[in-house]
Amino acid sequence: MSTHHIKLTLNGETKEADVPARLLLVHLIREVFNLTGTHIGCDTTSCGACTVILNGRPVKACTVLAVQADGAAVQTVEGLAQGGQLHPIQEGFHQCHGLQCGFCTPGMLLTSAAFLAEHPNPSDDEIRWAISGNLCRCTGYMNIVKAVQYAAEKMRAASAQPAAAD
Amino acid sequence: MPEINGFGHSMKRKEDARFLQGKGNYIDDFKLPGMLWLDIVRSPYAHARIKSIDTSQAAKVPGVLGFITGRDLEKYNLHWMPTLAGDKQMVLPIDTVKYQSQEVVAVIATDRYTAADGVAAVTVDYEPLPVVVDPHKALQPDTIKVRDDKDSNRIWHWEVGDREGTAAAFAQAATIVREKIYIPRIHVASIETCGCLADWDGVNKRLTFYVTSQAPHVYRTVLALVAGHVGLSEENIRVVSPDIGGGFGGKVPVYPGYVLAVAASVLLGKPVKWIEDRSENLAADSFARDYHINAELAADQAGRIVAMRMDTVADHGYSDAQASPSKFPAGLFHIATGSYDFQKAYMQVDGVYTNKPPGGVAYRCSFRVTEAVHAIERMVDILAHERGEDPAEFRLRNFIKPEQFPYMSALGWEYDSGNYHQALRVAMDMIGYADLRREQAEKRARGELMGIGISSFTEIVGAGPAHQFDIIGLKMFDSCELRVHPTGKAIARFGTKSQGQGHETTYAQIIANELGIPAEHVKIEEGDTDTAPYGLGTYASRSTPTAGAAAAVAARKLRDKARKIAAHLLECAEDDLEWDKDRFFVKGAPGKAKTIQELVFAAYTNHPSDLEGGFETVHYYNPPNLTYPFGSYICVVDIDRGTGQVQTRRFVAVDDCGTRINPMIVEGQIHGGLTQGFAPAMMEEMQYDENGNLYGGTFMDYMVPTAVESPKWEVGETVTPSPHHPFGAKGVGESPTVGAPPAFANAVVDALWHLGVRHVDIPITAPKVWELLKQHGAALEE
Repeated sequence: MSTHHIKLTLNGETKEADVPARLLLVHLIREVFNLTGTHIGCDTTSCGACTVILNGRPVKACTVLAVQADGAAVQTVEGLAQGGQLHPIQEGFHQCHGLQCGFCTPGMLLTSAAFLAEHPNPSDDEIRWAISGNLCRCTGYMNIVKAVQYAAEKMRAASAQPAAAD
Repeated sequence: MPEINGFGHSMKRKEDARFLQGKGNYIDDFKLPGMLWLDIVRSPYAHARIKSIDTSQAAKVPGVLGFITGRDLEKYNLHWMPTLAGDKQMVLPIDTVKYQSQEVVAVIATDRYTAADGVAAVTVDYEPLPVVVDPHKALQPDTIKVRDDKDSNRIWHWEVGDREGTAAAFAQAATIVREKIYIPRIHVASIETCGCLADWDGVNKRLTFYVTSQAPHVYRTVLALVAGHVGLSEENIRVVSPDIGGGFGGKVPVYPGYVLAVAASVLLGKPVKWIEDRSENLAADSFARDYHINAELAADQAGRIVAMRMDTVADHGYSDAQASPSKFPAGLFHIATGSYDFQKAYMQVDGVYTNKPPGGVAYRCSFRVTEAVHAIERMVDILAHERGEDPAEFRLRNFIKPEQFPYMSALGWEYDSGNYHQALRVAMDMIGYADLRREQAEKRARGELMGIGISSFTEIVGAGPAHQFDIIGLKMFDSCELRVHPTGKAIARFGTKSQGQGHETTYAQIIANELGIPAEHVKIEEGDTDTAPYGLGTYASRSTPTAGAAAAVAARKLRDKARKIAAHLLECAEDDLEWDKDRFFVKGAPGKAKTIQELVFAAYTNHPSDLEGGFETVHYYNPPNLTYPFGSYICVVDIDRGTGQVQTRRFVAVDDCGTRINPMIVEGQIHGGLTQGFAPAMMEEMQYDENGNLYGGTFMDYMVPTAVESPKWEVGETVTPSPHHPFGAKGVGESPTVGAPPAFANAVVDALWHLGVRHVDIPITAPKVWELLKQHGAALEE
């Protein structure tokens, strides 16, 4: 088994590792870098519990090799909150009871955040299609849709404000 | 001081912070120094003799450290283990496998990839044997015998009710309907699979066992009973059930992988982790349902139900491993007389072995209640249609009346409370029932297919009264230990274990309501058997009925103590004091008061000399009866005659679970439960071919609904408090899963009845409906 040296940005921090060619990105994140917020729920790229943001796009980290992330920027759930402040999507899930057991939640948050970045004013049905690659067994999705709308509204309001001075 | 947030407050959940920021602590997140990985070689056959097992090539894989076979376990008499239903199942086979995906060899290696390499390199030579997967065939005399240690495939035969009286009532009835109803095998498919991490400390002879368990104390006792003879002693077993990524009953049974991880840790002296993958979870863990029901329902001339009869074959796979703690082999299936007032009923059930994985679990259901509710609600609808009556009118005539509670059912359950007429009327008003019926008639005249389905279910949850419920003899009470610190902040520990239900919030609100300490100041802990008081765990909607009750009683005990301290501090008699939310005050002098925080502080600093110091208590609550939540659901569907596609247009769910502690959490439970009722009604089924091969052992083909398929739920409520529960609550998590499937099925049949369709088994898939449309000349074909 060949070993490869890789270097990537994980939640803004530069990380390096020597990894076997077959190591999956999800195991790199969880077991090499010890960020366990990214979960594994299936082995067929169906459930989305392992969703992370790779170079701005949501991907299922169980179906990406660690070596494919060489040179990339990866964001996980641990990188969503900034400066002790929850991301609007995290706040939305809390306010709207968009989570129960919490296992699908990190993947849901990242898929939703990536979707909202490109669709600031979505319809409920557009949200449902956007998260259809992420399975949730607890909530029935109703409150997840509300949570995404909550975040969308908050993000629209924030972008309408002039940027605050540092 | 924060808000108290007692009953009725939709307080945001205390547990959310860690789940939202990736700081949950699920089983696969645990990592111990020197930790090894276990993976499992599984049988490709549903029935086969093991001719040989060759591990020599696997042993050459660098990093593979060892193997465990049935022969290894046999030396310690650990190759069998008891099931929670009192049957037994193999941990590993000696010479014969009995179902596809059965565990055959455990491989232990340095990491998960190497363990998988080891599994791939093990060669097992099998001689396939004939297979029986149909439980009806398994009951025939010349069939394949599934269990070598049993005389036949009939596990048990169980009867309940008045056979002769029921037969006599049927003989005199004006209308009788009969139907074969199959409730297929399904899977809980929680998004987190099962797994464990066993850590044996050979020096102190102590096992720490981290495991995805809905019932950690039961696991500890089972481990002590199964492995006591090889040195596992209960005081030296610590079971830790961490955050659980969905349970739904699937994390109640003890699986062979758990025993293997413990054995491997003891043998190798290292921590050993086993996490199953999704295919293993679907293919080998306990299934749910699989009931073949022959149901009959009879009415008199006036349209009153007079009698019910059911003859059922229950497919248990290779072992009766169902997680039912009731004294009845078919669980609470005899709640099947439902919400209706009639006094003659009889049922018989045969439990049967087949070459399928063992089970089943009570998937979001108190032990066969889903099967019972589906059967009675389908039959009531068929009977109403057969009489040419509106199914709502028919139900309203036959419901048990509010003044009849407590009500003794024909099959022996004492319903604690109910108001079924009100729940159905609220649902009919919410959905606009009369208008929908008019619309349906107009559409039918135009050849369009629209259906309206009702389900008016009665649930039975909160196991349970100790005289009716136990697990391997352990009575089904549950517990709360409540400690209040000098500064008025509390920690409460429970014998239950949340899997997403929000216990950390709900339990805190119960204590807040009873003791006046803000819910924010009450920390809740569950899942560590070294610290939590003994309890039987979370399933069967039992947490609020039992542990929630224990919390209220514990808080009231402490409030009584606070009264004594208040009398001491305020220099008055205890009887002169009155309680208000968070304080005692002297009657007629509200200014003379002591808050709970002041009273707790005094319990540590200035308590009466005849009173013990401290402010702690524990309570074990044995409920006097089960609770009987109920509800009425109405579903509207439109059927596409060109494709057989069923579109859920609306679904109104009116639930009555008595007192609601946190309405937001209750509503969340209902949304999720309804979706887990929709799933088996319309999508999910575990099917096997005649050789016992599972179709659909991954999420590619076991169809868990996504946000796109899931209906948009409209929820309503009525409140009929339980008369025997300390604060009138009933369980709620399972009601919607139990109540929803017949609403879907009744809606589809309602749309098709005029074509001659009387029944369709769930899941009601488009191909199934398309076939029905073709058979009845209603399909639109090009």
